[in-house]
Amino acid sequence: MSNIFSSSIGKKLIMSISGLFLVVFLLLHVSINFTAIISEKAYMAACNFMDTNILIQIMVPVLAAGFAIHIIYSLIITMKNLRARPVSYAVGNEAKASSWASRNMFVLGLIVFGFLALHLTHFWAKMQLQHFIGGHPEEAYKLVKELFGTWYYAAVYVVWVGALYFHLSHGFWSAFQTLGTNNSKWLPRLQCIAKVYAVIVALGFVSIPVYFLMGLDPLFP
Amino acid sequence: MKLKLKIWRQKNAKAKGGFETYDLEGVSPDTSFLEMLDILNDKLIREGKEPVAFDHDCREGICGMCSLYINGRAHGPDDEVTTCQLHMRKFKDGDTITVEPWRSAAFPVIKDLVVNRYAFDQILQAGGFISVNTGGVPDGNAIPIGKEDADESMDAAACIGCGACVATCKNGSAMLFVGARVSSLAKLPQGKIEAARRAKAMVAKMDELGFGGCTNTQACEAECPKSISIAHIARLNREFLCAKLGD
Repeated sequence: MSNIFSSSIGKKLIMSISGLFLVVFLLLHVSINFTAIISEKAYMAACNFMDTNILIQIMVPVLAAGFAIHIIYSLIITMKNLRARPVSYAVGNEAKASSWASRNMFVLGLIVFGFLALHLTHFWAKMQLQHFIGGHPEEAYKLVKELFGTWYYAAVYVVWVGALYFHLSHGFWSAFQTLGTNNSKWLPRLQCIAKVYAVIVALGFVSIPVYFLMGLDPLFP
Repeated sequence: MKLKLKIWRQKNAKAKGGFETYDLEGVSPDTSFLEMLDILNDKLIREGKEPVAFDHDCREGICGMCSLYINGRAHGPDDEVTTCQLHMRKFKDGDTITVEPWRSAAFPVIKDLVVNRYAFDQILQAGGFISVNTGGVPDGNAIPIGKEDADESMDAAACIGCGACVATCKNGSAMLFVGARVSSLAKLPQGKIEAARRAKAMVAKMDELGFGGCTNTQACEAECPKSISIAHIARLNREFLCAKLGD
């Protein structure tokens, strides 16, 4: 294990493991969100579970650490990679050889991170955080309905989900490639699974503002 | 064919380079790209000018010596060929062709279009030897190797070390080159004894020499004249991580 994390592959290992951890988290998050479409009661029950379940309480700081590690290492890796190509080409034709998402993971990550900060102050700080510090949490369903009912908040949210989609569609299979659990046979399979996963997560997240903006609430009273 | 050539000129490693434009007429579409440069150099010499320096050797697409980043692509607009196997019929009459050297911190420009690819040799040296029994020529099939393993190993061994992967990668990463080298031996019984040491040493050397890391853009695979798959990068990751975890 000696100095594994000082190597370029070791640093990528950290990115892939933290990335896959966040992939699992996103699936949980989108499932919880989706309960808001089912009914107010279901959403409140899901929120209550998230606020009181002991495993979730333990995982919250772990999740924060997961985000921090993923972001910090992305900075370290990006800096080193920029240094490796100090002079750029006069004529570039990168679109021919690689996907747009794969070339812009850092920028896409920045957009995702930018919204994450906004999202934490608008929702998390008023909901789960209040439970932890013994404050007064706002009524979750009302908050969601109010914020997602505002068109500009919903628009920013959709841009964020777009960035997240591209980030995930590359990041998901890329993590397996870095872990070495990939070969010629599994590469197209993993890339397909990555797309399916990214579509599920993106559609799941987008469905909430669409639902509230179109005034479909309550769909199942 | 009538061509306008925008070529990177740089006196030496320390000089500041820049593009110079040359007009060339009467080029046959059946001329190879390097022959076209020969024609240009002949013209320059006759005019008493300094010819363009570029790397080349076998001109058969197997030595890995030719390079050149042509119109935004390593080895030019054709797929699965080196620059020496690229022909002018891939261009149109009246085209402007931009020719640049490989760009990477680990491949410094020596002169014009020639870069120093010694870093690849250093990585190979770090990989070291493999143990083989000395003596007479071994009997055929004395060491049985499965067909799939042999194929996979041979596919990786097709690497000619031209550096197109590094030139194409936005991170100037040498992972496809190192992946091919590690992978071709990892699939063979002959390379097994030193496998762990080799993967660690080659990756350490690659990092030390200033190559970037792999972000799985797959650009290297698309531009590799030998179509070496990024599956070999996955195998390198596996070999390296297992070797490190086994320490």
